[in-house]
Amino acid sequence: MGQTFAEKILAKKAGVKEVHPGEIVEVKPDVALSHDNSAAIYEIFKRMGGKEVYNPGMHAIFLDHAAPAPTTKHAENHRTIRQFVRNQGIPHFYDVGRGICHQVLVEEGLALPGELVLGSDSHTPHAGVMGAFGAGIGRSEMASIWALGTLWLRVPESLKIVVKGQLKEGVTSKDLALHVIGDLGADGALYMSVEWHGDGIDALNLAERAVLPNMTAEMGAKNSYVSPNQKVFDYLEGRARRPYEPILPDPDAQYATVKEYEAATVEPMIACPHTVDNVKPLSQVAGTHIDQAFIGTCTNGRLEDLAMASKVLFDRRLAQGTRLIIIPASSQIYKEALMAGYIEIFLNAGAVVESPGCGPCMGNHMGVPAVNEVTISSANRNFRGRMGTKESEIYLANPAVVAASAVAGEIIHPKDLL
Amino acid sequence: MNTKHVIKGRVWKYGDNVNTDVIFPGKYTYTVSDPAEMPKYALEDLDPNFAENVQTNDIIVAGTNWGCGSSREQAVTCLKESGLGALVAKSFARIYYRNCLNAALPVLISPEAVDDIQDGEIIEIRLEKGEIHCKAGIFTFPPLPETVMEIFEAGGLIPYTRQRLQS
Ligand code: SF4
Repeated sequence: MGQTFAEKILAKKAGVKEVHPGEIVEVKPDVALSHDNSAAIYEIFKRMGGKEVYNPGMHAIFLDHAAPAPTTKHAENHRTIRQFVRNQGIPHFYDVGRGICHQVLVEEGLALPGELVLGSDSHTPHAGVMGAFGAGIGRSEMASIWALGTLWLRVPESLKIVVKGQLKEGVTSKDLALHVIGDLGADGALYMSVEWHGDGIDALNLAERAVLPNMTAEMGAKNSYVSPNQKVFDYLEGRARRPYEPILPDPDAQYATVKEYEAATVEPMIACPHTVDNVKPLSQVAGTHIDQAFIGTCTNGRLEDLAMASKVLFDRRLAQGTRLIIIPASSQIYKEALMAGYIEIFLNAGAVVESPGCGPCMGNHMGVPAVNEVTISSANRNFRGRMGTKESEIYLANPAVVAASAVAGEIIHPKDLL
Repeated sequence: MNTKHVIKGRVWKYGDNVNTDVIFPGKYTYTVSDPAEMPKYALEDLDPNFAENVQTNDIIVAGTNWGCGSSREQAVTCLKESGLGALVAKSFARIYYRNCLNAALPVLISPEAVDDIQDGEIIEIRLEKGEIHCKAGIFTFPPLPETVMEIFEAGGLIPYTRQRLQS
């Protein structure tokens, strides 16, 4: 019988011939990702009696969640992590300003097809854009990996999502992701391995594809996978840190569920407060007043997203009383956006451009809303209080819609701008 | 068979989508921090009888998505500390499931068993064999592998890792 991606890769990483959903296996990740929470993990590691991390080359540590440090406490946290990294000789360390962990892992050629990435961050499934198995784990679990190099995983059931045809003009993969989450619900992929298939997925460029595994975390998925195609192999040419072996699901694999979508029927979508699955077509919420707009995050802070926003913002000004925060997801994207002239367009429009990192996505700094303010954001989560205060509302949309809404002062589609 | 791996107790049966807020109410997450105090509030908003009457080795049997919602570990600790022997459900929220196993609280997925087990009956779980014995018969589940058994025996992931590092 054929096997799914999850079954194949977990069998390989556990060193056994085959595995079945429900089984528990002990695996050795190829990459263990952690970020600003590494200082807390270090505390647990010490309680476990840990002294030297297992295989320093396997760990990738990023300072991105509150970077540069907004308070002395954050700065001290960062210092602890820098010391730890130095003492342990961890080669893959990305300090303040390099960018968001999930994006930088891909740029640095550390997320590779057929590899296993475990991360103490809930959006670790992002690595699936490169055909890797990425799953989020807890802090104690990460500490245990630092100590032993292995962790147990339950082999998940698999959900196959097939997308046929092309998205319409003005509709992005963010809209597709929101459409699917709205349809399946916040627990629609609970504990499952999600595989994205079909010509509609194959046609997307890498930046667009990345949104899908990134957002699948919002359906409860364990990991999310896009079959690597030539675009992935080309991107990794000269970038991959080591040889890799792609793993593809068998054509006759058994899926717990199969869902089909026609790309052409997807409209521009908005996730409304306060859950990601509270999704409505943009037409139903158009006209909603907004105070702040935010373009960035691991979901939609890539060059292609900034390009989209620059098209909308070219020769336009933000609505009076509305602010727009733009944060490139990495320093590389920042540089490319600068060379492409996007940053100038943003500044001319009246936007604020800040240094790469998570920024206000989880309410740390660089543009958190005031009480009763409304934000429209290109991020992946709109839970109550996510951006800092419980008494504020967050709408999620694609970057072009966020840019257009900043110009109009209300939710609007770019094509409806005057 | 190692009797340590046999759990025999009374069934507390619940439905689908029981979230961490009713298992351990959010209002206590910052006020109650001593694990020994947590059982008092276990399932407070779901079943007020539970905290008062639960006995060592009792077993919760539930529907789908038990433990959804927040990732708070207290929702596991309050049950572990109350002496609960195991949970059997049709499915678990992913983080809840991991939190349980890392806290050495057995969690078993067996949709068929859940349908046939009655509230209040006494059932027996044989972890090593992968069997649930109840009035309706014997249900099987994939036996827990060695690694997880070792985590159980050590008393959770932190002591387990400590032991393995030492050896
Ligand atoms: S950008 Fe937001 S969602 Fe992405 S890793 Fe940072 S905090 Fe998490």
